[in-house]
Amino acid sequence: MAASSGANETAIVISGLRKSFGATVALDGLDLTVNTGEVHGFLGPNGSGKSTTLRVLLGLLRKDGGEVRLLGGDPWRDAAQLHRRLAYVPGDVNLWPTLTGGEVIDLLSRLRGGSDEKKRAALLERFELDPRKKGRAYSKGNRQKVALIAALVSDVELLILDEPTSGLDPLMEGVFRECILGEAQQGRTVLLSSHLLSEVEALCDRVSIIRRGRTVESGTLAELRHLTRTSVRAELGASPVGLDRLPGVHDVLVEGSRVSCDVDTPHLGDLLRELTRLGVRDMTCQPPTLEELFRRHYADDRDAEGPRPAADGASRVAASR
Amino acid sequence: MNAFAGTGTLVRLAIRRDRILMPVWIVVFAALAASSAAATVGVYPTVQSRVAAAEAANAAPSIVALYGPVFDPTSLGGIALLKMNAFGALLVGILMIVFVVRHTRAEEEQGRLELMSAGVVGRFAPLTAALLVALGSSVLLGAATAAGLIGAGLPVGGSLTFGLMWATAGGTFSAVAAVAAQLTESARAGTGLSLVVLGLSYVFRAMGDTAGDAGPAWLSWVSPIGWAQQIRPFGGDRVWVAAISVVFVLLATGFAFALVQRRDIGAGLVRPRPGRAQASPLLGTPFGLAWRLQRGTLLAWSAAYLLLGAVFGNLASSVGDFVDTSQAREVITRLGGVKGLTDAFLSTEFGMMGVITAAYGIQAALRLRSEETALCAEPVLATGVSRPRWVASHLLVALAGATALMALAGSVAGLAYGAQTGDVPAELGRMLPAALVQLPAAWVLTGVAMLLFGVAPRWVAVAWVALVASLVIGELGSLLSLRQTVLNLSPFTHVPRMPGADFALAPVLWLVAVAAGLISLGIVAFRRRDVPA
Repeated sequence: MAASSGANETAIVISGLRKSFGATVALDGLDLTVNTGEVHGFLGPNGSGKSTTLRVLLGLLRKDGGEVRLLGGDPWRDAAQLHRRLAYVPGDVNLWPTLTGGEVIDLLSRLRGGSDEKKRAALLERFELDPRKKGRAYSKGNRQKVALIAALVSDVELLILDEPTSGLDPLMEGVFRECILGEAQQGRTVLLSSHLLSEVEALCDRVSIIRRGRTVESGTLAELRHLTRTSVRAELGASPVGLDRLPGVHDVLVEGSRVSCDVDTPHLGDLLRELTRLGVRDMTCQPPTLEELFRRHYADDRDAEGPRPAADGASRVAASR
Repeated sequence: MNAFAGTGTLVRLAIRRDRILMPVWIVVFAALAASSAAATVGVYPTVQSRVAAAEAANAAPSIVALYGPVFDPTSLGGIALLKMNAFGALLVGILMIVFVVRHTRAEEEQGRLELMSAGVVGRFAPLTAALLVALGSSVLLGAATAAGLIGAGLPVGGSLTFGLMWATAGGTFSAVAAVAAQLTESARAGTGLSLVVLGLSYVFRAMGDTAGDAGPAWLSWVSPIGWAQQIRPFGGDRVWVAAISVVFVLLATGFAFALVQRRDIGAGLVRPRPGRAQASPLLGTPFGLAWRLQRGTLLAWSAAYLLLGAVFGNLASSVGDFVDTSQAREVITRLGGVKGLTDAFLSTEFGMMGVITAAYGIQAALRLRSEETALCAEPVLATGVSRPRWVASHLLVALAGATALMALAGSVAGLAYGAQTGDVPAELGRMLPAALVQLPAAWVLTGVAMLLFGVAPRWVAVAWVALVASLVIGELGSLLSLRQTVLNLSPFTHVPRMPGADFALAPVLWLVAVAAGLISLGIVAFRRRDVPA
């Protein structure tokens, strides 16, 4: 699989990647393909193996098994050469306490082979970062900005970002999105690990969802939306009976004449016909989101691992499971 | 909320974190004292032999400067534990400084304190907990040491006061560290500041002890090390002197609490100024980064070495004044020298500096590990910097830094001694090689640190054990009459004892080869292992 894809079309090809830390299995046959020029969302709950995958890609961790190709090379053997062609923003950004933000940006971009002065100044301004502060004086969000700017000023083919907005405020998240879309327009490949679905939906061409070290879904947003459910709430003329026997309808809750349920998007029409027959007084329809898909896999995960906390029982997904 | 709320929990946390380290150190200290006491019992069986040895030691300013005087020449404990008095107090001080900073400023710097302060933890609780455990450990250390000495056959009274002496040293430097930890924003700087105070205490004591009747003998009394030493175990057992240390601990901790009251969490008293918006051209390579991170430390070490070199160079000339008797020779020989009293003194001092330089090398090399655990290695290794290049940058600071330190100390000692004998070039020509010849042995320990970093990164602290073992073998090996195979384990055993002895190429080459081998193995192992988050 990996052998046939050249460096030109495919920036990253991972197949069957395995990695354990002692008895803990972090990656259990993970697959990931990132095409050159696309913004790829890498989704998964905490502890699902996103960072481990990225760290294998960077040659920081050694794989136990499987195939990994990065920009046409072997990330473990050719680490230093490959790293000149990519920039990485770690999930936990820790800066040297005695170096200023400006110094860190210059240092990291120089170690990568130089930076663009104009772009540096523009990014400092857009992210509203004071480059003269010492590392220990920055907040988490500002440390993340330093790492982001250091990555964005470099002229590289591939950006690997590990939950880059986890410390940013909503305004800065917006700036970040603009920057990433700009990079994508210039043809750069972006691998964006995240657990923020809105972010991935806004930025990514394709998405891979992983769970417990394995890829569970992968595809374009349109393909994945097809797998998701629309949630419907309605106030009806009569109390409905047997809605849950309709194909593709799940999680039906009936309180008198009010009903809420989820429906697989392909079966939305069937449900609407039935509701209309009963007489609709009021209805809200929530469009399918990645969150839905994510939560379905996530909920499976939690079920498998033990009883859920009572507070979760109130959530919509949980109601019928 | 009560400002001391949560102290009990934090005390348990501190004990939990150091449940192995602290007991091990306490046992090491107690065993060190007991074994040197036990070893000396057979060496000086009669009162006459002790008096002769003690008078010889007291007549040598260099020995008094390094270890302090023997207060009661007739006592066995006095001569047996000469090396353990002030010097031992110094080591106990280092232990407690590291401990207190580790549990106060280091916690704060890493943000863990903030996490806990948000819970039911009062403003004073972290410092109180660290001090309680440090003072408790000091008392335990003193008690264990006293028990060990009694077991070794020394008088009960002297043994107890000796334990008291070490306990007060631990207490005073816990308090010093408590204050320093409030002043600086970084744990590194806090430890450094405390160690400077410790070093000055030692130097003041040395100057006071060697001052003689006309000189400033009072200098011993402005030094916390002096206060501990003036308790005079086995030489009067002046327990009341410990009151000075107790008062000092109360005042200093009170001051530390006052500082806690005044400052914000995370902040020191010295506000950081804004720095450069752009990096200097130097900061663009791995070595530039390693240099930038380590230059401050190297500068501080250089200042200390300048002082040490000058002190030793000056003291060397006074060694000749001292009564040249056969007992004196014997004492000097037993304390580590070979031939020629001045040269014996100097070679001993350079040997000691070699071990201290090895400590510099280890801590500089272990910066690799602290960079890794602080997640600061990851962004660098994710750029075009290969792993060997990154390792080499910090190793270069370690190896070249050690070389610079010894060259500095040797030159200054040569200048100072030469100025007194009137022949600077000749003395410089003798001292500089004598200093530099220590380096291969120090590099071997840097190699041990590097090997550990590559093979067993969680166990890098074992490098310090190797250093302490070398120190014990070198300082006490002949006293403990260890077998040659054991002595050979220390790289410093193989260093030609210069000045005095001839330079020997073979052992030096061997040491360099061993150091190179250890470093290469470490680099190969590091290339093959994970760099975990």
